[in-house]
Amino acid sequence: MSARAYALSDGNSFYCSCERVFDARIAKLPVIVLSNNDGCAIARTGEAKALGIGMGEPWFKIRDMCKAQGVRVYSSNYALYGDMSARVNAVYRGFSPCIEIYSIDESFLDISDVRPSDRETLCRDMRETVRAWTGIPTCVGIGPTKTLSKLANHIAKKVPELGGVCDLSDPVQYDHWMVRIPLEDLWEIGAASARRLQALGCDSVVDVRDLDPRVARKAMTVVGERMVHELRGTPCLDLETMPPTRKDCAVTRSFSNRVEDLATMEQAIATHASRLGEKLRREGLATNHVTIFFHTSEHDCDRLQRSVSTVVSLPEATNDTMALVKAATHGVRKTWRDGFRYSKAGVVTTDLMPLAASQRAMPGLGQLDREKGLALMDALDACNRRFGRGAVVPGVAGFAGKRDWSTKFEMRSPRYTTCAEELPVVAAA
Amino acid sequence: MQVIDVTIGCPVPVPILANAVRAGFPSPADDFIEEEIDLQRLLISNRPATFLVRVSGDSMILARLFDGDLAVVDRSLTPRNGDIVVVDVDGERSFKVWKRQEPRISLHFANPRFPEFRLSPGAVIEVWGVVSGSVNPRRRGE
Repeated sequence: MSARAYALSDGNSFYCSCERVFDARIAKLPVIVLSNNDGCAIARTGEAKALGIGMGEPWFKIRDMCKAQGVRVYSSNYALYGDMSARVNAVYRGFSPCIEIYSIDESFLDISDVRPSDRETLCRDMRETVRAWTGIPTCVGIGPTKTLSKLANHIAKKVPELGGVCDLSDPVQYDHWMVRIPLEDLWEIGAASARRLQALGCDSVVDVRDLDPRVARKAMTVVGERMVHELRGTPCLDLETMPPTRKDCAVTRSFSNRVEDLATMEQAIATHASRLGEKLRREGLATNHVTIFFHTSEHDCDRLQRSVSTVVSLPEATNDTMALVKAATHGVRKTWRDGFRYSKAGVVTTDLMPLAASQRAMPGLGQLDREKGLALMDALDACNRRFGRGAVVPGVAGFAGKRDWSTKFEMRSPRYTTCAEELPVVAAA
Repeated sequence: MQVIDVTIGCPVPVPILANAVRAGFPSPADDFIEEEIDLQRLLISNRPATFLVRVSGDSMILARLFDGDLAVVDRSLTPRNGDIVVVDVDGERSFKVWKRQEPRISLHFANPRFPEFRLSPGAVIEVWGVVSGSVNPRRRGE
């Protein structure tokens, strides 16, 4: 078997970069993007990091500073980021037929077929193409294993002189960098594991590489052993080009305003159940139970707290929105109590199965009318695809305009690429 | 008001031939049925690099780009003499006609009522994309 080579490419401050593609005026300004409900900063440009804005910093703590410093602040715009991510991955596919989409802004590419001396050139070319076609700046790390490509990507980000590409499959670069990388920069290593490795005398990545694999296994289970092998250049992790079949699915949201009445809670839970059905149908999966939960906020520490979680069984596995909504709202009514200020609610399912392979209930004993349901759900999904998510929902979910509990996106930019009414406007003047 | 039905990722099929009614003789056209015309494919050659933007203003009318039109912008194209481009000049984005007379690049309006467009010395120019087509929706079925 020939030696393998992987490239890990990821977008620099991806969400912020997406915003910058469509607004020329923020190209050099500090930019941050906030999490759902404008909770905390989840993406920051270099200029924003330089102002001391940390990852995950709560918005209310940095609001005044951002205003004073002229930081451009955005609510998250996942319609835009998702579309830009799909475009970037389409460009990657032109450079390698075998890619694993690791997250919204990171993908592994198998480049084993590329001659070692050509890998860096290929990745520089890819980086420039992504930048030109989509406007997104990226960094690329190359390595003989996924762990080393991740490490190389990290170096490419930290060392601007490298021009965005670092190749650890090149022995000279490998020897140069391995002794210079601190332990904490390893992929997916937590604080606890780092402490355990330090106790074994590891200060840098090269010390971890030179551990006896059995010692690493003792300290960090099989994950540690795998890490040692991967750092030595022996691949233990393959590309996951097919996403594994989903085992569970959840739709949960924090409320923008606290919810204190049953009708509003029913609406919220029905909306979540409706979205859950949509997700399951897209993947041909079904469930025979839904768990609903809702709870108060620990921030309301002066008030009585309550947290509810209940499982509602269905007579047979289904992904029909009507059946899911009925079950979920039944769960709410059964467990509801007045007098609390609820801050979050959700609908969760586990043990998902393919609808086609699921066992049917007896006719007359809870068997659902799948044919009728199927036609209705097809129509529902088609409408929502065409007119936007949530355009058509079961009546119990309430009218969109009146959903004052739904997620806050006060500073969201337009959905520039997915919504005809929100396209970027360019001056001819 | 304009309602536009062309979005990226959503093909707009225009049937050429449809033969749904099955009674009596089979249609002699059956052997000639071809695939539907996909407006998306006609307008967009490189999807990940193509963006739709709306035109605001009258400066490009001689280049047949009108106020309210949808411009199809392909970022993978390199501008050629006479192309319409979306260009950032010192952080301001606009449409211009792109011209090159070695070694200089110049940008122009396409409307005689506009004055000559002048670049200030030291201006930073970055081409955002090249206009590869435009859509001018006029009327929709009720």
